[in-house]
Amino acid sequence: MRHLLRNLAVYAVAAWASLTLNFLIPRLMPGDPASIMFARFAGQLQPEAIDALRVAFGFTNEPLHQQYFTYVRHLLQGDLGISIAYFPAKVTDVIGTGLGWTLLLSGAAVIISFVLGTTLGVVAAWRRGGWLDSVMPPVLVFLGAFPYFWLAMVLLYTLGFVLGAFPLRHAYSDSLAPALSGEFILSVIQHLVLPASAIVIATLGGWMLSMRSAMVGVLAEDYITLANAKGLSQKRIMFHYAARNALLPNVTGFGMALGFVLSGSLLTEIVFSYPGQGYLLIQAVRNQDYPLMQGIFLTITLAVLGANLLVDILYVWLDPRTRTR
Amino acid sequence: MSFIWQLLENRKASVGAALILFFVLLGLFGPALVPGDPSDFVGAPHQPPSSEHLLGTTGQGQDVLAQTVAGARTSLAVGFLTGFAVMAIGALVGMVAGFFGGWLDSVLSFMTNVFLIIPGLPMAVVIASYLHPGPVTIGLVLVITGWAWNARMLRAQILSLREKDFVLAAIVSGEGRLRIIFREILPNMTSLLMSGFISATVYAIGAQVGLEFLGIGDVSVVTWGTNLYWAANDAALLTGAWWTVVPTGVCVALIGFALVLVNFAIDELSNPRLRAERTWTRLLKHPDLEGGLSTPVVRTSGS
Repeated sequence: MRHLLRNLAVYAVAAWASLTLNFLIPRLMPGDPASIMFARFAGQLQPEAIDALRVAFGFTNEPLHQQYFTYVRHLLQGDLGISIAYFPAKVTDVIGTGLGWTLLLSGAAVIISFVLGTTLGVVAAWRRGGWLDSVMPPVLVFLGAFPYFWLAMVLLYTLGFVLGAFPLRHAYSDSLAPALSGEFILSVIQHLVLPASAIVIATLGGWMLSMRSAMVGVLAEDYITLANAKGLSQKRIMFHYAARNALLPNVTGFGMALGFVLSGSLLTEIVFSYPGQGYLLIQAVRNQDYPLMQGIFLTITLAVLGANLLVDILYVWLDPRTRTR
Repeated sequence: MSFIWQLLENRKASVGAALILFFVLLGLFGPALVPGDPSDFVGAPHQPPSSEHLLGTTGQGQDVLAQTVAGARTSLAVGFLTGFAVMAIGALVGMVAGFFGGWLDSVLSFMTNVFLIIPGLPMAVVIASYLHPGPVTIGLVLVITGWAWNARMLRAQILSLREKDFVLAAIVSGEGRLRIIFREILPNMTSLLMSGFISATVYAIGAQVGLEFLGIGDVSVVTWGTNLYWAANDAALLTGAWWTVVPTGVCVALIGFALVLVNFAIDELSNPRLRAERTWTRLLKHPDLEGGLSTPVVRTSGS
């Protein structure tokens, strides 16, 4: 429980650090969003407009700490500012269009990869010396060395373009309108296969290897020898005794890996023009849309922190030893 | 030094080291072997591989082979330098925190956890977008986002080493703090520092390619990442021009794989249980043998 509270403190400070970073960086660098916006409209605006734009973006002449409090107050009200690329849409509206899709893609990919990878790791440790144990790890590690988005490109080309088996872009068929119908859900799943597969293939190796090495460690423990001596079946020992204990380090690694996988899935979305945060991010970079970039940074950080908190709570439930301390 | 010899005897390490050597030589001498400016317009766009252009041409009519070879130099240089910087800073913070303990440890490990949790790519994008685009900026943001991993690992290692008898004996016999760190503890951490450097380099090369693919780097500089950026920009795959994308990706994967192999070899040498695996799995294949569940520590030669 103390462990959970300490982690909570880390998350709180991380959240505070990211929003303060968002506040400080534009003010430390030369130039500001207002001037960029003004330059974009290339002479169509009156010179007074630049002052109005500055105020709109939060760059007033007030002392710095005053600006900071205004910024935090707006943040707590859910106001992330105005986007440059999609002017005059608010950043929260722009991000809202993509957040759900990103969470769907990354969530599905991470869960599938975790479950599949840990199962493969258990089976590989079970049949030591078998083909799964000797062939799969090097192959999966080699596949994991490719950048996620490159695997996405290869899948797009081979399965999408050449074979035509899966759709090439977007989250659902262009002819359908979003609705809770079976047809729509089927289309969503069909469009999800290629991007999710790219992420799963890239991350599978890591889970399998860590589970396998955890199993190798656990199988040397005394209680496993006792279980063997008692005459329990191999299957029961593997799953009921060894895997349950070997799973714990993987669960802690899960939270840590989430941020990493989310970053990789952003790039994968770009390859498939998947309408998530990745697509918004590249638009933001191309258009020098700083408010949008910072908004994406903040939302993704908060999402990762939230997921980590959930994983920590799950860990407290899984490992009884944490509850005694 | 015998550690290095043991490493080279290991099959994984020798394959990995050979691949790394190949790429380093490619980076150093490659551009001399494929003469001319890689950004030159040499043929019709999106030509498939032929005898004239071994890997075909890009969407802008440039030679893919020349671009891949030229890209190796910048990507590897930034990768190795950034990897070293990430490892050095991480090691410094981790070891100071682990060794001195107390409030310094609390503050530093708290900072480490915060940096560890904030997702790297969005933070890198936010910082890099305000700076001048180019390899130096990318190196800088990668160091800012990547130092925490090594710091945490090395702090854990130093915490366990600090309790060992030889360190306590050194403290009792009055050795100065700095001397203890550099002469007693550091030599025992070499394998971890080396493996930390290798992991950091793998991360640096991969993250660098990712950031440049987004367009954060200087798109006029030829690197592996910008090659992929231009390939995506020119809609290479949707016109069927797979040769613009495949060579760069394969290079990145090969060097990443080679570094990971060397890392595994270092792991094997430090953990006797893993070292015993190869002997044990060979024995397990014997049809008459009933394999048990645990892996015993087996040595084939003397201690």
